[in-house]
Amino acid sequence: MATREEITSGLAEILEEVAGVNPDDVAEGKSFTDDLDVDSLSMVEVVVAAEEKFGVKIPDNEVQNLKTVGDAVTYIEANH
Amino acid sequence: MTAGSRIVAMGHYQPSRVVTNEDLTRNLDTNDEWIRSRVGIAERRVADGESVADMATYAAEKALATSGLSAADIDLVVVATCSSIDRCPNVATRVASKLGIAAPAAYDLNTACSGFSYALGSADHAIKAGASRHALVIGAEKLSDITDWSDRTTAVLFGDGAGAAVVSAVPDGEQAGVGPVLWGSAPERGDVLRIEGWHPYIKQDGQSVFRWATTALAPFALEACKRAGIEPSELAAFVPHQANTRIIDGIVKRLGLGPDVIIAKDLVESGNTSAASVPLALSKLVERREVPSGAPVLLFGFGGGLTYAGQVVRCP
Repeated sequence: MATREEITSGLAEILEEVAGVNPDDVAEGKSFTDDLDVDSLSMVEVVVAAEEKFGVKIPDNEVQNLKTVGDAVTYIEANH
Repeated sequence: MTAGSRIVAMGHYQPSRVVTNEDLTRNLDTNDEWIRSRVGIAERRVADGESVADMATYAAEKALATSGLSAADIDLVVVATCSSIDRCPNVATRVASKLGIAAPAAYDLNTACSGFSYALGSADHAIKAGASRHALVIGAEKLSDITDWSDRTTAVLFGDGAGAAVVSAVPDGEQAGVGPVLWGSAPERGDVLRIEGWHPYIKQDGQSVFRWATTALAPFALEACKRAGIEPSELAAFVPHQANTRIIDGIVKRLGLGPDVIIAKDLVESGNTSAASVPLALSKLVERREVPSGAPVLLFGFGGGLTYAGQVVRCP
């Protein structure tokens, strides 16, 4: 089981690769769109990469609920 | 019986009216940077008086003239379209009538954005079965008729146009130029892209379509190469459906295509023209002589209904 910190740092790696986000900016309280400037299509790429990295299924209708990094960490923690 | 078919000539037509991203900002809350970064389109062509059949005819006329064949030689007309408002006579017989093709088998086919590869596959099968010797295969769309120009999520995406191929039986002893079609669909998720009801507008769940296109399609494109006996590294060009540069980049990455392979990105100047996008882009590559005659080119269409189809063709 990965800890919340491990999931957050894994997401930071994905965000850097997919959307060029500085890993230092990634924290649980940050909004993907408002704080990290991740657009709707990059968000899909982040989700697809997260599925592979953490072995979770994140269905299309779940993506819109993942507003912040913390939302994504919570979902991954509960479902992987 | 023939060994198969090949594309003898291409032709295309686009309306003269250019609509830039800047033009769209007059009536929509959008901007050039947003459209370019999300979609990759700079401008599109929008028809004024031209119908789907008019644009299909102009494209076919050019392909026919380049082929050296005459209207009398054509025995099959297949038109891929999802935007023709007039249903009967169908677009194919309208084109035949305008071009003076006397008695062809003539039908329309609707698999939305994958239409051209479906139509090319159908014509290839007809030729292999001995039901045709010279076919016109056309993709033509007037998406401006079914675009909600007040919806900024879709109005920025689409354009009008047509592309056409003359497809002929190959003489005995010569190699086929149209590879086996790989075609299919994901109907259980088909409702993420819709053109429904009376006076319909195109509607889509963009994120779902993007996810499907960037994750599900590369294996099918690879399978199309495999069926043609071609390694992706041997391709001279890749002409995918022109919906979004980020979708194209995503598929290219998964296919592992190197910098030597020409990747068609006609959407920058044409927008998404659905079934017309692949023949339009291929016709322009041929016209600019960017691909040597006989070189292998992978065509791959995908879209509404979550249909997809592709095949490797030899460049005319």
